[in-house]
Amino acid sequence: MIEVKNLYKSFGEVKAVNGVSFEARDGEITGLLGPNGAGKTTTLRMLYSLLPPDQGEIRIDGLDPTRDAMEIKRTLGVVPDSRGLYSRLTARENIMYYGELHGMGKQAIKSRIADLAVTLDMGDFLDRRTEGFSQGQRVKVAIARAMVHEPQTVLMDEPSNGLDVMSTRALRHYVRSLKEAGHSVVLSTHIMQEVGALCDRIVIIAKGEVAADGTARELLDRSGCESLEDAFVKLIGSEEGLLA
Amino acid sequence: MNGLSTVFKKEVRENIRDRRALFNSLLLGPLLFPLLFVGLMWFLESAEKERAEKTLELPVIGAEYAPSLIRFLEQQGTVIQPEPENPEELVLSQEVPVVLRIRPEYAEKWKEGLPAPVEVISDPSRQESNAPIRKVKGLLYGYGQQIGALRLQLRGVSPQLASPIMVKDVDLSTPKSRAILAVIFLPYVLMITAFTGATHLAMDTTAGEKERKSLEPLLINPVPRWQIMTGKMITTMVFAMASLALTLVSFRIVLPYLPVGAFGMDLTLGLGTLLNILLIISPVAILAAALLTLLASFAKSYREAQSYMGLVILIPMIPSLIFMANPIKAETWMMGIPLFSQNLLIGEIIRGESVTITWYGLSVGSTLAIGLALAALAANLYNRPKLIFSSS
Repeated sequence: MIEVKNLYKSFGEVKAVNGVSFEARDGEITGLLGPNGAGKTTTLRMLYSLLPPDQGEIRIDGLDPTRDAMEIKRTLGVVPDSRGLYSRLTARENIMYYGELHGMGKQAIKSRIADLAVTLDMGDFLDRRTEGFSQGQRVKVAIARAMVHEPQTVLMDEPSNGLDVMSTRALRHYVRSLKEAGHSVVLSTHIMQEVGALCDRIVIIAKGEVAADGTARELLDRSGCESLEDAFVKLIGSEEGLLA
Repeated sequence: MNGLSTVFKKEVRENIRDRRALFNSLLLGPLLFPLLFVGLMWFLESAEKERAEKTLELPVIGAEYAPSLIRFLEQQGTVIQPEPENPEELVLSQEVPVVLRIRPEYAEKWKEGLPAPVEVISDPSRQESNAPIRKVKGLLYGYGQQIGALRLQLRGVSPQLASPIMVKDVDLSTPKSRAILAVIFLPYVLMITAFTGATHLAMDTTAGEKERKSLEPLLINPVPRWQIMTGKMITTMVFAMASLALTLVSFRIVLPYLPVGAFGMDLTLGLGTLLNILLIISPVAILAAALLTLLASFAKSYREAQSYMGLVILIPMIPSLIFMANPIKAETWMMGIPLFSQNLLIGEIIRGESVTITWYGLSVGSTLAIGLALAALAANLYNRPKLIFSSS
């Protein structure tokens, strides 16, 4: 369960996040939808305590990232925009590294990797060095790495970036399974179909502010549009960034 | 501290698989420098020998004016060559190192008992002509002395009266203390090795990680940032130390093949000496790792980091260069200066001098203190969000 209230963050003159508030409940998939540069990544970085907010409040299962950074990192699983695998390590070693950094025991990591390898279908490349992996394989390793410690809350920044159709389907399937297991999932995206297909709640962010918030149905009703895309354009008030 | 050791283990594993890291840290220094050293020594020695043993071929102008001088030169093993057309040209174009010109008035002055003029035509700015020039001048001087003594004797004067002072060389240097080149070269090489051994790792674990975009996900793990940085720095230090140890071992293997006899050196680095040197130089590895990590953390990419490193590598050279230009006697206060003190101490050890515990303590202590201070600074760098993101 994530609660964000009145979040502000600027870099010099640029107001990256300008009063964002939303909620992400357990057992639900929350989509942060917005054009490039809307402030999605900055918002997520504040959630996983990499950036301190200038103002505002964040609570993740009651914890505050600015004060309980270590504790929050233990309960979060993050797939950041930059996947950054170690190319001289195998997929398994990449995942193990993160398991060890979370203080897990060897045996626990081993059995967890075995589970994830089945769920994410990684058997073929688990023991190969990640150099030369396809985007799909990379995302799978990045997800496995983020999920190795079985976090309650999952944050994904543009998870389907660069994925082909089959990989995207597999990813969506996996995200839905997380929701069914009662996790709270927040993903950022600028892809309309993704939101429509996956998300229970949609938070539309534009220019650092929340333009609209609700279920897909509610957003359609509110904008009086037929499709999510039209609703999106109407709600953020411009077509800027849609094609990016 | 678990996080620290996890980071350390992973960095070691990853970098052992990296050919570039292995090459830079474990091969380049240990192989290149000792070979360079031996090659240099061979070259110097054989060049010296060649010059010393070569018969002197001397073109002479006006040989007919001084037949007895010519005979003297020939008796001393000089091969007299016929008069060249344009002697100055010949010397300038480096075809011959030196030409002797006997002036026409030579015979006349000789008879009058006045100094008879001869000219040694040469270009002393050419290093390789120094030996023949010295030889010709020596011969001429010897001839002059001999004739002068004869003349005095003829007049009933003891030639000893003309040499009021007798200069004698008393050489007190032991074979060890004559190892000047090695004394300068070894600390220099070791100092550079400490830095080159650390460079690649320092860049790869910081700027490299940023460039590959693996830093952000890494920092999301519940491990304090100083532990992550320290784990990385310890890996860098270990590689720098390994580089140093290997370089020393390879010097140990290579030195017996040196033509040391000719230089009068005793350079059998015994195990004790090796460990001694390693003890002295280890703090430099720590200092280098911390300094390079600190600098590389500010770079956004491996390439940018590389451009800083080019300048940093000059740092370990400075004390050696000062030392080369102006060899000074080691004193206690100098032991507090990192890099400089190691230069002096290793020099002392090779020369076979005993080094007091105070000097060890000062050198190791001061270098370690500065190294750890830099490390502490570097360890907290990633608390600044600006340094984490390569873009945005």
